[in-house]
Amino acid sequence: MFLPRIIPVLLLKGKGLVKTVRFKDPRYIGDPINAVRIFNDLKADELIFLDICASRENRVISVDLVTSIGDEAFMPFAVGGGISNLRQMESLFRAGAEKIIINTAAVKNPDLIQQAAEYFGSQSIVVCMDVKKTLWKENRVWILGGRKNTDIEPVDWAMKSADLGAGEIMVNSIDQDGMMAGYDFDLVRQVSDAVSIPVIACGGAGSLEDFKQGFEQGRAHALAAGSLFVYHGPRKAVLVNYPSKADISRLFDKTEI
Amino acid sequence: MIHIVDYKMGNLRSAQKAFKRIDITSRITADPDEVLTAEKLVLPGVGHFSRAMNILQSTGLADALNQAVMVLKTPILGICLGMQLMTEFSEEGFSHGFGWVKGRASKFSFADSILKIPHMGWNRLQICSQSMILGDITEKDFFYFVHSYFVNCANPENVIAQTEYGNVFVSAFQHENIFGCQFHPEKSHDAGLKILKNFAEL
Repeated sequence: MFLPRIIPVLLLKGKGLVKTVRFKDPRYIGDPINAVRIFNDLKADELIFLDICASRENRVISVDLVTSIGDEAFMPFAVGGGISNLRQMESLFRAGAEKIIINTAAVKNPDLIQQAAEYFGSQSIVVCMDVKKTLWKENRVWILGGRKNTDIEPVDWAMKSADLGAGEIMVNSIDQDGMMAGYDFDLVRQVSDAVSIPVIACGGAGSLEDFKQGFEQGRAHALAAGSLFVYHGPRKAVLVNYPSKADISRLFDKTEI
Repeated sequence: MIHIVDYKMGNLRSAQKAFKRIDITSRITADPDEVLTAEKLVLPGVGHFSRAMNILQSTGLADALNQAVMVLKTPILGICLGMQLMTEFSEEGFSHGFGWVKGRASKFSFADSILKIPHMGWNRLQICSQSMILGDITEKDFFYFVHSYFVNCANPENVIAQTEYGNVFVSAFQHENIFGCQFHPEKSHDAGLKILKNFAEL
């Protein structure tokens, strides 16, 4: 019985943990290392850390911080934020990261995907795309932390990334981010159906039921969420949480693939 | 003391950290002499089969491992690619492995894109025969898998657990002092730690 991965996405602004709504209004949540310790206790499958300001501030996610995360985390984790060359990737892997996430740099220089996949292996390179709908409801890939429209169509970009050697595609919906109203299931499904590599759904999960739908309807093999794992209740009190393996197993119990 | 063989592929820290959590000392080594004198060995690995085999051969680690495993009968646990390297052959790079366990590694191939490659996520074991290493493990436990190639054993008696993902494959095997698991016990939380503990206490 296959179970998809359930992955907390922790957004960094420098060294603090924040959470956004539609990529805006970052709210300070706490200390990332403290969150790692709690997710250790809760036995999270994997963690994703993204420095959301790195690309547009022309810097890279802090190697010092990634080293501290690596010292603490029991589970594999992926890191992203402003990473644009193999040297940076090497120092982040050495700091303990299991996977590298590239976004803006991959769009600007698609060859980076191939170089990284050949050097470090496809399984450790994740291409993340931030997607926003136009006024005419067409999906477009945005870069620089959701600041710039590239006019690229997400399905095309996913197929190209996969061809270049990406190991996974992370589809992040800017419109759904922080809304906790469900993933953009159509978008996730379109991307997932277009590639043979695993897809990570991100943006909008508000309940465990959304994970089930992301897997069954969206055909994502990993379900990521931010707000759901750091907020509790309608007033969004900060409370780090994560479902137990028994809960996850029950959730997907009737699902067969 | 467990020696984790370092052939410059994959994140070895996670294996070492997992042993530390169950209070077992481990040491990462790339020294053939240390492999020969090790009490127990772990052969980890993420990456490409033929590249791994080439590195093991060019560094002298392959000779030391053959001696330790086949002559000195040192207990060894192969994880993921490490397990596949223990077989005779892999379709990945069409390369020969150590051949300690009769069998080979083939690539997953699915007609439909619903089943993604690699098999990356959690899955359970169907336990086929009792092995010390699976002590206290039940068919309800979930383990963390990341692989595009899977093992088939030529001798069914070597198969101690199998798992289904599109097709049924060998998720754990044993042949005398040689143990292999396709999943990552070091990334599988409590159930995985149990396996590492079982191996350490052999």
